[in-house]
Amino acid sequence: MADTEKIIEIEVLRYRPEQDKEPVWQTYKVPFTDDMSVLQGVQYIKDYLDETVSFRWSCRMAICGSCGMMIDDKPKLSCKTFLRDYYPGKLRVEALKHLPIERDLIVDATDFMKKLESIKPYIIPKEERTLAQGEYLQTPQQRDMYEQFSSCINCMLCYAACPQYGLNPKFTGPGILALMHRYNADSRDGGQAERNELGYADEGYWGCTAVGYCSEVCPKGVDPANAINQNKMNSAINYFTRFITPGGADK
Amino acid sequence: MKRSNEPIFWSLFGAGGMLAALIGPALVFITGIAVPFGLIFKPDTMSYAHMLALSQNWAGKIFILAVIALFLWHAAHRIHILLHDFGVHAVTAVRVLCYGGAFAGTVIAAYTLLMIKA
Ligand code: SF4
Ligand code: FES
Repeated sequence: MADTEKIIEIEVLRYRPEQDKEPVWQTYKVPFTDDMSVLQGVQYIKDYLDETVSFRWSCRMAICGSCGMMIDDKPKLSCKTFLRDYYPGKLRVEALKHLPIERDLIVDATDFMKKLESIKPYIIPKEERTLAQGEYLQTPQQRDMYEQFSSCINCMLCYAACPQYGLNPKFTGPGILALMHRYNADSRDGGQAERNELGYADEGYWGCTAVGYCSEVCPKGVDPANAINQNKMNSAINYFTRFITPGGADK
Repeated sequence: MKRSNEPIFWSLFGAGGMLAALIGPALVFITGIAVPFGLIFKPDTMSYAHMLALSQNWAGKIFILAVIALFLWHAAHRIHILLHDFGVHAVTAVRVLCYGGAFAGTVIAAYTLLMIKA
């Protein structure tokens, strides 16, 4: 039963900058089996029906974060989404919302990459240690404070989900703010003050209006909405106590 | 990067939300259902004399002001960001209407309560 061949219609939003003034839909009939992902469906199109269709992918197992697309208007990893769930209906695939289309299903991730760099996504040691002093130790409890937020694969699904990012691309956005929290919440890290200058701005945590769709679409259970909410609390406390805490008033 | 002033509005929003969640339904039940229908409480619980006594007392004044003002600020912020989410871009106008309304409500409530002499 699993291997009887069925045909599903996949509509792909095409955009070839050299010939299309604006994106256009194109429909393909794709034979599929129950174990085929949407990514495999699109790969079938490229291999057998139309080699000009462009898209990104690499790992095929929800690890690399490159195959995100809108599938029936929801941001999803195409390697983690199955054609059988859309059959006997058809499905529509298009580039992730809120990001400029570079070509077909490929988005321009420049803005995301710039923002990712800007939050210093690495541990800034609280105290310098020499090799002889050994490693930075961390208890399991301390690790639990950030572990969930370290699962992000930079797939940008949450950016396609976030209405605030859609309205105002200056907003740092869910995934990167969650990653900022990941480093700030790490017991070995001492970079909070540097990072929170952005975090405490309108472009940081405060650009979020707690819609929560980011956490719903995240394929890795990162829960960016939760990370941001925790930091709104910290930011608000800091806002009101900055004049009475040493070094707090300078920002 | 400029520090956001959002914590002011967010804190009022949060305080209002907390208060609303804690006592909102109970207040609706007591003032809107139980007392008018003569359930549980004595029928004159919300009589003019009792309500006047409540608002003459300092603790009573603070309670009434907190309920009115914080509920207003909560609603103002919620409506403001909801309109924003729906893409209403007249940012300044929306802000002035929402927060201005809550501010006006707070000032009027505070003034009125202060004018009620013991
Ligand atoms: S937080 Fe989740 S949805 Fe957002 S980029 Fe990271 S893995 Fe993707
Ligand atoms: S191909 Fe790597 S996440 Fe889908």
